[in-house]
Amino acid sequence: MRGEGERVPNLDAISPSQPLLKRGMRLQTMLRGLYSRTASAIGTTIFLMFLLIAVFGPVIAPYRSTQLIAKDARQPPSSAHWFGTDNLGRDIFSRVVLGTRDILGLAGLGTILAVISGISFRLITGYRGGWFDELWMRFFDSLLAMPALLLSLLLLGTLGPSRNSVLLVILIVYTPIVARVVRSVVLAIKSRGFVEAAHLRGESQVYILFREILPSVLPALAVEAALRFSYAIFLVASLGFLGVGVQPPSPDWGLMVKEARDYVRQVPWALYFPAGAIALVVIGVNLMADGIKRVWQNVT
Amino acid sequence: MLPEVISPAPIVKIKSLTVAYRYGNAWLDAVRDVSLQIEPGQTYGLVGESGSGKTTLAMAMMRYLGENGKVREGQVEFDGRNLLSLSQNEMRQIWGASMSLVPQNPLSSLNPTIRIGEQLAEILRHHQGLHRAQAQARSLELLQSVRLPDPQRVAESYPHQISGGMQQRVLIAMALSTSPRLLVLDEPTTSLDVTTQASILDLFRDLIKSHQAAVLYVTHNLGVVAQICDRVAVLYAGELVEDAPLADLFSRPLHPYTLGLLTSVPRVGLNKNQAQLQSIPGQIPALGMRPAGCVFEPRCKFAIEICRSRPPLFTPTTQHHVRCYRWEEIDRGELSSKVDLKEEFLIQRPTITLDIKEQIPTASTIEKPSRETGRGETPTLSINHLTIHYDVRRSLAEFITRQPVAKVKAVEDVNLTIQGGKTVGLVGESGSGKTSLARAVVGLTERTGGDIGLLGLALPSKLSKRNKDTLRHLQMVFQNPEEALNPYLTVGASLRRPLIVLLGYSPSKADAEAKKLLAAVRLPIDYVERMPWQLSGGEKQRVAIARAFASHPDLLIADEPVSSLDVSVQASILNLLNQLQAEYGSALLFISHDLAVVSYLSDEIAVIYLGHLMEVARADDLFEPPYHPYTEALLSAIPLVQPEAMHTIIRLEGDVPSPMEVPTGCPFHTRCPCCLGDICVQQTPPWRIDERTGKKSFCHIPLDELSQLQKRILPAIE
Repeated sequence: MRGEGERVPNLDAISPSQPLLKRGMRLQTMLRGLYSRTASAIGTTIFLMFLLIAVFGPVIAPYRSTQLIAKDARQPPSSAHWFGTDNLGRDIFSRVVLGTRDILGLAGLGTILAVISGISFRLITGYRGGWFDELWMRFFDSLLAMPALLLSLLLLGTLGPSRNSVLLVILIVYTPIVARVVRSVVLAIKSRGFVEAAHLRGESQVYILFREILPSVLPALAVEAALRFSYAIFLVASLGFLGVGVQPPSPDWGLMVKEARDYVRQVPWALYFPAGAIALVVIGVNLMADGIKRVWQNVT
Repeated sequence: MLPEVISPAPIVKIKSLTVAYRYGNAWLDAVRDVSLQIEPGQTYGLVGESGSGKTTLAMAMMRYLGENGKVREGQVEFDGRNLLSLSQNEMRQIWGASMSLVPQNPLSSLNPTIRIGEQLAEILRHHQGLHRAQAQARSLELLQSVRLPDPQRVAESYPHQISGGMQQRVLIAMALSTSPRLLVLDEPTTSLDVTTQASILDLFRDLIKSHQAAVLYVTHNLGVVAQICDRVAVLYAGELVEDAPLADLFSRPLHPYTLGLLTSVPRVGLNKNQAQLQSIPGQIPALGMRPAGCVFEPRCKFAIEICRSRPPLFTPTTQHHVRCYRWEEIDRGELSSKVDLKEEFLIQRPTITLDIKEQIPTASTIEKPSRETGRGETPTLSINHLTIHYDVRRSLAEFITRQPVAKVKAVEDVNLTIQGGKTVGLVGESGSGKTSLARAVVGLTERTGGDIGLLGLALPSKLSKRNKDTLRHLQMVFQNPEEALNPYLTVGASLRRPLIVLLGYSPSKADAEAKKLLAAVRLPIDYVERMPWQLSGGEKQRVAIARAFASHPDLLIADEPVSSLDVSVQASILNLLNQLQAEYGSALLFISHDLAVVSYLSDEIAVIYLGHLMEVARADDLFEPPYHPYTEALLSAIPLVQPEAMHTIIRLEGDVPSPMEVPTGCPFHTRCPCCLGDICVQQTPPWRIDERTGKKSFCHIPLDELSQLQKRILPAIE
C-alpha cells in the first residue's frame, strides 16, 4: 500500500532553487564529483594513470617493444625487468606500457566514431519518426540480437585482420547501441515545451536537432560513451587474443596473453601482467562510468 | 465549534517538533518547532504551498520519514504513547491498523498485479485476523461503504482497470478498513477532476463523521479545507504561522501570509475588470536559506524592524494561534491587506520604457484590423467545425486480422471565434480535448477536419505549411514551466531567438529587445545571463510568457500556464498575462481546468466536455442561470471558501466516458442529471441561443425551461 516513493521527500519541491541542484556542468565539477566517492575516485585515478602511460609510453618504457634481450629471456620480475621478460626475451613492462597507447587509442577512437555515428543516425531517424525510424530501428535490433564478439568475428572474417578493421568493427557493433540510447532521450525531449516553442517560430530541423535537442542528450551520452569505451577495450583485447585483431609483433595486450598462454607453466608472469592490465583498465573505466552516472543523477 | 467543553483526550499530540533532512553532509530543517494536537472526530487541515513542509510534518506524525529524514527535536504522542521511542516492530503494529494514510497518487499506491478485492482482503486478514471468506465479504462491504457503484466488479478488477476517482475510493476503503484512530489524507483529491473531487469530498465528510477518528487533511487548496475541516493550521517554510478553528481563520485571518493566500486565489466569478488579484511577491525560501527571524518577513508587506527576530506564538483567543508581531494591528484592520497596485507597479517596473509601436516591423503582409474590433469585423481567430481524431496504434496481430483502427475523438465539430484583443477561456476536465484544440490551432497537432482562420486567412493544418508571418502572429505558452526553457541556453538566448527568427532583428538589436521583454515581465534585466536552473518555476513561466510575446502575436494561446504553480505565484502570473495582453493588444485563448482562473481572465468562456463544446457565454453570464446542465454541475463542484454560501448541490454520477467511445446523441447524457431520455441518447442536441445575453448552449432542453429549473449556484461577488 505504501510505496517507497512517498517516503522520499521531493527535494526539488522543498527547495526549488537550491544551489546544489545545478544543471550546468563543467569538467572541473565533474572531477570533483567523481573524487567525492571512493569507488569512482579509484576508477578515475586508474583511468588517468593509463592515459598518462598512453601519452608518455615511449618515454617511460626502458626498451623498444620488439627489442630482444636474448640472455634475459624468461626472466622473472626483477629490478632490471619489472614485469620480467617473455619467451623471446622481450621486456614485458615495456610492452605493456607501449601497448597502452594502442589499445586505448583503438578503443577510444572506435567509441568516438560509434558515438558520432549513433548520434547522427538517431537524431535524424528518431526525429523524423514514422516508417523511416521504424525501419532503422528494426535493422539495429537485428544487429543487437547478435553477440558483439560473434558479430565482430563475422565482420573480421570478411574484412581481414588489421587495425582499421578493428576500428570499423567497434564502429559497427556499437553504433546501434548508442543510437538506441540517443533515441530514447530524443523521444523524451522532443515533446518538451522549449522544443515545441522552437517549432512554433519555424526553426529549421537542423537547428532544432543540434541546438535545442542535442545538448540535453549529451549527459546520457557521456555515461553511455564511457561504458562503451570500457567494453571496447575488452573487445579489442578479445580480438587480439583470438588472433583476428591487431597482428604480431604489435604489443597488443590481448595478443600478449595469447602468446604467453603457450608457455604459461614456464613464464606465467608473461600472462599475468598484460591480463592484469586489461582487467585493471576495464574496471577503472567502468567505475568511472558509474561515477559519471551518479554525479549526473545527483545534479539533475 | 464547541466552546470550552471539556475536550476529549487528543489522539495525536505534537510538541515543538523539528524535522530535518540530510542534504549532503548537513541536516536542514524542513519543519521547525511545530506543536498541534488532534482530537477524536476532529478534522485538522494542514495548509501550505509546495515546500512548506506539510507532507514532512504529516509523515513525521506517523513516524514514516525516509532514511534521509529525522526528528531533531520535539515529541510525537499517539494515543498516549511516545511514538518516537517505539521499535520498528511496534510501529508495524500501528501502521495500517490504528494509523492510515490516503496518499495523493492513487495508482502508484495500489499493487498493479493484484486484484482490488484481494488487496483489501489482505489488510483485513493481516490486521484483524479474518478468514479468507470473512475478509472477502467484509471487503465487499467496505467497497460498498465508499459508494462504489458495482463493488463485486471493482473487487475483481486490477487497479488500472478502474478510474482515478474509483482508485481513490478504494484507497479510502483500505484506509478505513481497520477503523484507524488517526487518518492522514495527503492531498487525496489533488490529482482528480473537480467533479470527481466534489463527490470524494462528500464521501470524506460522511465517513469521517461516522468514524470518530482524528483526521489530518494535508492540502494546498483552501477551498477544500473549507469544505471538510474543523480546524486549520497554516504552514509556511516549515513553520506554523497560524492555527485556528475553520470559521475564525476565514473570517478573521491574522497572519499576513494567510491573508495573502485568501486574497490571491481568484473567487469564481471574479473578473479582471472588477479587481486585480493580490499576489505575494517573491517565493518560498529554499531549505537552509530560511531567514532567522520571521520566516515570512522577506515577502511580507507589513514587515518592520522587529520582524527580523523570530516572533513567538501569540494566542489572540484560546483557540487561535498566530506567529506574527503585528496581529493586533491586522485584527483592528489598521494594516490594509490591499497593496497599492500603482506602488507595486512602480517598485517592480524597471526604468526601461516600452515603445511597442516602434517595435512592430512593417513588413507584415497580414492586414491588421484595428484593435477596437467590434462584432462583425474579422475575428482574430475563427474555428469552424474543427474535428481532431487520433488513430490508436494497432498491434501486429490486429493489423494482420484487419481490425479497424480505433479512434480517439479528441475534438468534435467545435466552432469558436475570438475577437481582436479579447480573451476566450476554454474550460474542461482532463481528457476533454482542450489541449488538442489548442495544439491544432498553433499547428503542433494536425486536425482531421474543419477550418481555422487567423485574421480571416485560412491556417494550413500542418505547421510546416505556415509561413513566418503566420507563425509570428500565433504563439503559445506551455503548461509546464520546468520544460518551457532549454536548460542549456541562457534566458537571453531563449528570448533573442524568436526576435531574430521571426522579426529579423540583428543580434545586437535582439539583445536590447530581450532586456525590454524581461522588464515587461517584471524580471531584473541581468536575468539575460542566467540559466534556467537558476530561476524559480514562476520566473521560468515569466520568461516563457516574454518569449511568446516577443513577436507581438495577434493571438496567444496559454495552455494551463499557472496550473503547476503555487497559488501565491499564480496570482502574479495571471496579473502579468492580463497586463501584457492589454499592452500588446493580443487576443488570448486561455485554457484551464480551473473555472475560477478562467473566469477571472476571460471575456468569454467556452465549456468543453468530451471534445464537444457544451456552452459558450460571456464571462459574467456563465455564472447566471440558465446553465447548461454540465456547467451547472461544474459550478456546483467548485470547493468554495464559504461553503455555506452554496445554493444547490449537484453531483455527477459515474466517470467521464472514454474519448474512444463518445456516447451517441448528447455526449453528456450518460451523466446528465436532467437527461430527457431517448432524445438525448439518440439525437445530437441543437445550439440554443439566449437572445438577451447571447449565451449558447448545446442542449435539448430549451434555455427558458432550464432557467425555470435552476437557481443561481454561486454567491454574488461583493
